[in-house]
Amino acid sequence: MASDRLDAPALPDFTILKRLARDQLIYLLEQLPGKKDLFIEPELMSPLDRIANVSILKQHDIDKLYKLENKPIYSNSEQLCFLIRPRVKHVKHIANLVNADKKAGLSKKYKIIFSPQKFYACDMILEEEGVFGDVTSDEWPFYLLPLDDDIISMELPEFYRDYFLEGEQRWIGTVARSLNLLNTIFGPMSKVYGIGRCAKMTYEMWKELLEDEEVVQKERKPDLGLVFMIDRDVDYITPMCSQVVYEGLVDDIFRIKCGSVEFGPEVTSSDRSVKILLNSQDKVFGEIRNEHFSNVFSFLSQKARNLQSQYDKRRGMDIKQMKTFVSQELKGLKQEHRMLSLHIGACESIMKKKTKQDFQELLKTEHSLLEGFDIRECINLIEEHINRQVSPIESLRLLCLLSLTENGLIAKDYRSLKTQYLQSYGSEHLLTFSNLKRAGLLTEQTPTEALTAVESRVGKLVTDKAVGKLTDAFSSLAKKSHFRGISKKLGLIPRVDGDYDLKTPRDMAYVFSGAYIPLSCKIMEHVLVRKSWAGLEEVMRLLNNIEFSEQLTERNSFQDSYRTIVVVFLGGCTFSEISALRFLGKEIGYRFVFLTTAITNSARILESMTETKS
Amino acid sequence: MDFCTASWNPMGDAYYRKFDLYQMEWNVKEEFKDCIVAVGPYGGPIALMKNYLKKEGGSSSRPVLEIYSASGVLLSTLTWKSGQVVHLGWTVSEDLLCIQEDGTVLIYDLFCVFKRTFTMGNEVKQNQVLEARVFHSEYRTGIAILTGPLKFTIVSNIEDLKLHRMPDVPGAKVPPSCWTVLIQDRMTCILLAIGKELYLLDNTSCTAITLPGLSPLSGAYLHMSVSFHYKYLAVFTDSGYIWMGTSSLEEKLCDLTSDIKQPPKQMSWCIRPRSKRVAIVVLWDKILLVGGCAKENILFPLDEETFMVSELDGVRLISHSTHEFLHEIPKATEEIFKIASMAPGALLMEAQKEYEKESQKADDYLREIKDQNLLPVAVAQCIEAAGYEHLTELQKSLLRAASFGKCFLDAYSPSDFVTMCNDLRVLNAIKEYQIGIPLTIVQYKQLTFPVLLDRLVLRRLYPLAVKICEYMKIPEFQGVSRVLAHWACFKVQQKEKSDEEIAHAINQKLGDTAGISYSEIASKAFDCGRTELAIKLLEYEPKSEDQVPLLLKMKRSKLALGKAIESGDTDLVYTVVSYMKNELNRGDFFMTLRNHPIALSLYRQFCKYEEPETLKDLYNQDDNHLELGNFHVRASYSTEKGVEGRVAELQNAVDEYSKAKNDFAAKATEDQIKLIRIQRSLQEKMDKPYVDYSLHDTIYNLILDGLQKKAEQLYKDFKIPDKRYWWLKMSALAEKEDWEELENFSKSKKSPIGYLPYVEICMKHRNKFEAKKYIARVSPEQRVKAFLLIGDLDQAAEAAIEHKNENEMNMVLSKCSGVTDAAVADKIERAKVQLLKK
Repeated sequence: MASDRLDAPALPDFTILKRLARDQLIYLLEQLPGKKDLFIEPELMSPLDRIANVSILKQHDIDKLYKLENKPIYSNSEQLCFLIRPRVKHVKHIANLVNADKKAGLSKKYKIIFSPQKFYACDMILEEEGVFGDVTSDEWPFYLLPLDDDIISMELPEFYRDYFLEGEQRWIGTVARSLNLLNTIFGPMSKVYGIGRCAKMTYEMWKELLEDEEVVQKERKPDLGLVFMIDRDVDYITPMCSQVVYEGLVDDIFRIKCGSVEFGPEVTSSDRSVKILLNSQDKVFGEIRNEHFSNVFSFLSQKARNLQSQYDKRRGMDIKQMKTFVSQELKGLKQEHRMLSLHIGACESIMKKKTKQDFQELLKTEHSLLEGFDIRECINLIEEHINRQVSPIESLRLLCLLSLTENGLIAKDYRSLKTQYLQSYGSEHLLTFSNLKRAGLLTEQTPTEALTAVESRVGKLVTDKAVGKLTDAFSSLAKKSHFRGISKKLGLIPRVDGDYDLKTPRDMAYVFSGAYIPLSCKIMEHVLVRKSWAGLEEVMRLLNNIEFSEQLTERNSFQDSYRTIVVVFLGGCTFSEISALRFLGKEIGYRFVFLTTAITNSARILESMTETKS
Repeated sequence: MDFCTASWNPMGDAYYRKFDLYQMEWNVKEEFKDCIVAVGPYGGPIALMKNYLKKEGGSSSRPVLEIYSASGVLLSTLTWKSGQVVHLGWTVSEDLLCIQEDGTVLIYDLFCVFKRTFTMGNEVKQNQVLEARVFHSEYRTGIAILTGPLKFTIVSNIEDLKLHRMPDVPGAKVPPSCWTVLIQDRMTCILLAIGKELYLLDNTSCTAITLPGLSPLSGAYLHMSVSFHYKYLAVFTDSGYIWMGTSSLEEKLCDLTSDIKQPPKQMSWCIRPRSKRVAIVVLWDKILLVGGCAKENILFPLDEETFMVSELDGVRLISHSTHEFLHEIPKATEEIFKIASMAPGALLMEAQKEYEKESQKADDYLREIKDQNLLPVAVAQCIEAAGYEHLTELQKSLLRAASFGKCFLDAYSPSDFVTMCNDLRVLNAIKEYQIGIPLTIVQYKQLTFPVLLDRLVLRRLYPLAVKICEYMKIPEFQGVSRVLAHWACFKVQQKEKSDEEIAHAINQKLGDTAGISYSEIASKAFDCGRTELAIKLLEYEPKSEDQVPLLLKMKRSKLALGKAIESGDTDLVYTVVSYMKNELNRGDFFMTLRNHPIALSLYRQFCKYEEPETLKDLYNQDDNHLELGNFHVRASYSTEKGVEGRVAELQNAVDEYSKAKNDFAAKATEDQIKLIRIQRSLQEKMDKPYVDYSLHDTIYNLILDGLQKKAEQLYKDFKIPDKRYWWLKMSALAEKEDWEELENFSKSKKSPIGYLPYVEICMKHRNKFEAKKYIARVSPEQRVKAFLLIGDLDQAAEAAIEHKNENEMNMVLSKCSGVTDAAVADKIERAKVQLLKK
């Protein structure tokens, strides 16, 4: 592989997307002239902060900023502006506020800005609540937030539940428009690969948008060449595994939110929390983010020594040298120093949690499940995990991993484990299990194999857009995983003699300590290397044959752009997958740009499936 | 070229000419004075209403409305069946306004197709219309009405119906002798004359007016006229005196006195835009007078009864046999054709003529122009003059001269020439007798091409419109497509043809032309009551968002739903679903949803937040007992607060789960009911919130609260696995720090989870003393771990060495730190060496 290694092409500058979004927002705010108070829904706060900070908002006549919560508001302003996602809940809340004001005889101006778009249901609510005329509304087409040089997030975590659980397709158009936007600015992209029902629908809608555009595409050099779309449910295994690369671990433990993380007092070793951005701007982080955790600590201590020696240069400097040192290097060093100490703190905190016996056992269980060894023992361990109430989400994760790798639980285990879980965490989780079953994450083995035939037929039906007549029962069947077969065909479990070298890894398996190559990434590697789906027929049969590839534009002369690939994860992607693909990119000279509906991990997926009392 | 000037009539320093536009070949016998006549501006059509007066004694003949083109081609007729018409007038968009006595206004199009109606209010209805005027301002048409009691009502824009009652004229007893609408600063006013008094009515007041420079002896006012753009006003008094001034009533331009003192039939301004000269044309029965600021007037005798129409750049004179145009000779024309003119244009004409005769004089003329550097001017003059000519022959010779002249110019941009040729071609085409729109170039420029195109379309002259668009190279989107779309809209109204035929014809012609909206055409078809045709046409519409609303309008909701789902646009699906929800009965609605899972899931989402009860109905309809069960479970903790309510919901859930043959869920829910009941009694007894605990937590708390027996009972009742119970009880007792009970518990039965956890839990609560008690009972395999837990390295090492287990030894070794444990480490190292030796 290394012999014909090419340099990966440079990435386009995605910050233009931020500027675009900011200008659009400012324009919308100026549509309501004069001082106004802005109410922002909590989920939009972090993304908004990345686009336009408070001072920019204040410059455009925003008087006060509030978080929109489900309670009465106290504002003296004559003009109220709401920035929300198009959700029935929020619109209803706003309608109630307006009605309350009306009752109190107050007349104010209300404006709702929907991001990224408005849904018909929103207007319907306004109409039903009798405030349609009192409220003006706008759409802020803020689809894409560049989180980093190569990560663009739509920040739509609800996409996952809406589509994969509820079967709601409303966000598909949004993704299609995002792709179109990306294509307009950085395209024209030349080829698209995809796998999954949602990917297919998204592509169809995007294609329509492309056809509608009357612009004659000039022969310009595209920054982005290929698109690879993948549904989250094609590969549920990967997000269900414990993450062990640094960035993934930080996400699992501290929750990275919109590209930034808040380190608590246990990390900062002071009494306050620190919020920092995690991206390639942070040099220290840039070097460790993709590393297996076992390497990180030694790297950081090496780094600390280097830093110290740079500080030490001061000694023996004359005044002039000192002056240049202070003015040029010191600031950078200090910043680096600060980051370094934070990451070391984070590492310590992670070590404390993860080097415990439990975690090692957990990893061992996961690896056994992936390899298919000692399943009985794993089940016992999971049971003990549940019985001891270790963690509701972790237990669910293991259950799902068991189901996904074993192609469903056998009836006896299915019942007993569920019973145990309900006893531990309450019977309302009956609904959680119902959700997990529908999503195909936790299923019961079907006794007859005759169903597989039905399945593949259904799979074919699914690809046909016009045939939407798919009952939930069938689709959950279609989602059943055939992990063992796929794993064998693709060689997802690397055969290693001796210890897997995590320092200089040979393949993408390093992101899971050498135990497993992420399925999603492996499929991509396969397709990109062969430039087609050829050779994957058997695997695709097991994955229900919902793959496609289409040429978008005539082959152009810019072969180079072929090596910049937009990977679209419908339903979210994990940092482990990002790390794995970054590694792959370096190996085969490709550059990946990640477009995801949101950054996800096992906890986020499972929490969205959980029914709680609140 | 003297023949050209033969028809020129000098007046002051200007010339006026009158020439034939058409020989009218219409068949109108009635005199104009017995009809109501209305002629649209910009070469517009002629409407005639014959027999308009109500005949006493119920005569058989009803009024007849006839509409002719400007050339006298009959466009349509209509037998009038509505009320007494008082006035006719054309709107700016060439619709005919028929104002009835009762203030009702009916609007017809060129083809006498009724469009709509409105009324001018109650006052007008009660008092009846005495007189009415239709007036135009930019892009708008207004109506002014005078009623019996001498009240004026005005509508400034018939598209935006706002009635204005003008203030009354104080002391007015008789109707005004004449009145007119003035537009001053975009305000609509009325100027009226009663005897010798003039009044100006605006929105608020009535002001008496004296015209500046008006001779006091001029007498009573008989007639007044405002120019095309409301810039000038002329009044005629009974002494034959004519005052001409600005319509602001502040400045007098000139006056004259005619020999005829009778009130004129019509009076109209004849002005050329941007010309400084003004003239007034006064029409009597047998004579036409053109007068202005010059001393002399022009008089034309009239052979026939004539009707005069004011235009932007002249007046049109319509009689039974001819249609003439009277205008001031434009400057360019005058300079070229004036006898013995030495203007550059005139010389260029001469030069070109000589050139055609192959005479060397051509060069002389050219040289003369070129010497003065006037050739560009000459060419421009010829081009401009060509535009003013009605006869194509003259147009051609002027253009030929221009074309000849421009050969001798360097770097001449031909765009003016080309534009003029194109424009003349278009104007000549529409001037054609069959078409009959006699537009002058000045009017055409004012009207603009798109409006002209609209007018052609309104007259259903589709082929001509398409040809013109193609000739003028208008982008398809604005030109041909638009015309074709109109054609299609007209086509769908042809009732005699079958739906298939029409749909096919339309698709054949339109194909995939850019900018064609099939949904608009379909909408038109639907308006004409042709639903089937509309549906057929919609099939050609590529955009679902256009298809769906119309399908809904046509009550084809199921078809609409299909289209919406196909489009993948969830908003569209929502639109249809919400429509169907209101339109269909519940059963049908649910049935339809059931056949469309995507719509169903959307609606479910909606119901989840908005109408939970509907959700239940939906599941009921589907016999989806599993979801119903889930629904009740959800209700049991989200909506129901009281214990009984929750139990009831759960009981419902059990029933549904049983129906769904989901034993597991039914059993789990039954257990939950049992648990809740127990929890309630516990809650009452202990005064502590038990109800929201899981089974595990309930027992845990029971142990914490010292209710061991109860805990034991639950353990048995709910068949809790031993392992869980052991973990649970052990942790709870440790948390309670009831070490004695813990010890008892450990001795009560053999532990199913071994004894290492005992050690662990004690250490977790930092009780090494208690932990040690259990070490002896830990199984040998786990003993090393146990010793390590309590931090007894020595013992751990002993055990490891005893087991001869290298892994265990390493584990111990890794815990050894520094000097303190050196002895232990040493011991292990030695043991390891021994182990290796073997």
